[in-house]
Amino acid sequence: MSNQPRRHRPEPVEVVQKRRDAALKALVEGVPYIRFLGIRFDRRGDELTALMPFDDKLIGNPMLPALHGGVTAAFLEVTAIIVLSWTINWERMENGTRAVDRWDPRHLPKMPKTIDFAVDYLRSGLPRDAYARARVNRSGRRYASVHVEAWQDRRERPFAQGTGHFLMPADKDG
Amino acid sequence: MARMSAEEKARLAARFLQAIPHASHLGMKLTLLEDGVAETTMPYDARLVGDPETGVIHGGAVSALMDTCCGAAVMVHPESPLGTATIDLRIDYMRPATAGQNLRARAECYHVTRSVAFVRATAWDEDSSRPVATATGAFTVERGGERAVGRVLDEEGTR
Repeated sequence: MSNQPRRHRPEPVEVVQKRRDAALKALVEGVPYIRFLGIRFDRRGDELTALMPFDDKLIGNPMLPALHGGVTAAFLEVTAIIVLSWTINWERMENGTRAVDRWDPRHLPKMPKTIDFAVDYLRSGLPRDAYARARVNRSGRRYASVHVEAWQDRRERPFAQGTGHFLMPADKDG
Repeated sequence: MARMSAEEKARLAARFLQAIPHASHLGMKLTLLEDGVAETTMPYDARLVGDPETGVIHGGAVSALMDTCCGAAVMVHPESPLGTATIDLRIDYMRPATAGQNLRARAECYHVTRSVAFVRATAWDEDSSRPVATATGAFTVERGGERAVGRVLDEEGTR
């Protein structure tokens, strides 16, 4: 018994959640353009879902009406960048090597930079709330490839999808 | 498109973006509109910043400018479609736009089939020798026939 390695007591759940939520908040709320579009992120463990509540200023075709194609592209790209950034910082945050407590709008970790982004418009975006989730398909030292899907009423009927390539930020603590 | 006077073109250009809430909200203006070619400007705006440390505009806002400009180029193609929607759009980001500078995009609709318009575009900040981004896209060509009706039915089906 005495030879068994001693186990750390798991952190209380409130402490873990508070730290993760604060890190996500800092990551998202520091970016003016994300606030401008009104995009928020919902977290379940490490999985993020982006939410863009409908607003008249997001309309591109008032006759249909439909969301602006540029808004849809921006929503997908914002989701891809935040999810990629969240993924690369998650591990460091969890093993304590990243000083999450110091994150604020002026001291954010460096964000990945978009190299290219391709959007598939599958059907027109309706004048209502939109959701998106991204999957990091490759996350290397220098480059990452991320796929993202956005939907409205029905998850199985996405209205747009996108794939982007990103340049990874230099690996230093933010 | 039938021959228009410079005055008619200017009127059309002004109306064009006013009718698009998101474009007018971002202060976009059409500065050129002729057979299959459009130019659009977007003023620098602190609300569009993607990197608060540098003040660089978010790529998503550049996408909105590109998409708008490409759509305008399709609408003024001599084939004059009644309407258009983006099928796909790919943007390559060459460099970050310089903080504080206005953006300008130029789009050319270089080929139109019965149902598809092909477009390419370039965006610059105030240094017009080095593009900020380029884009290629495919757009629908709405001719007001069964296609448009089908689209409306598709929309209704999801409600």
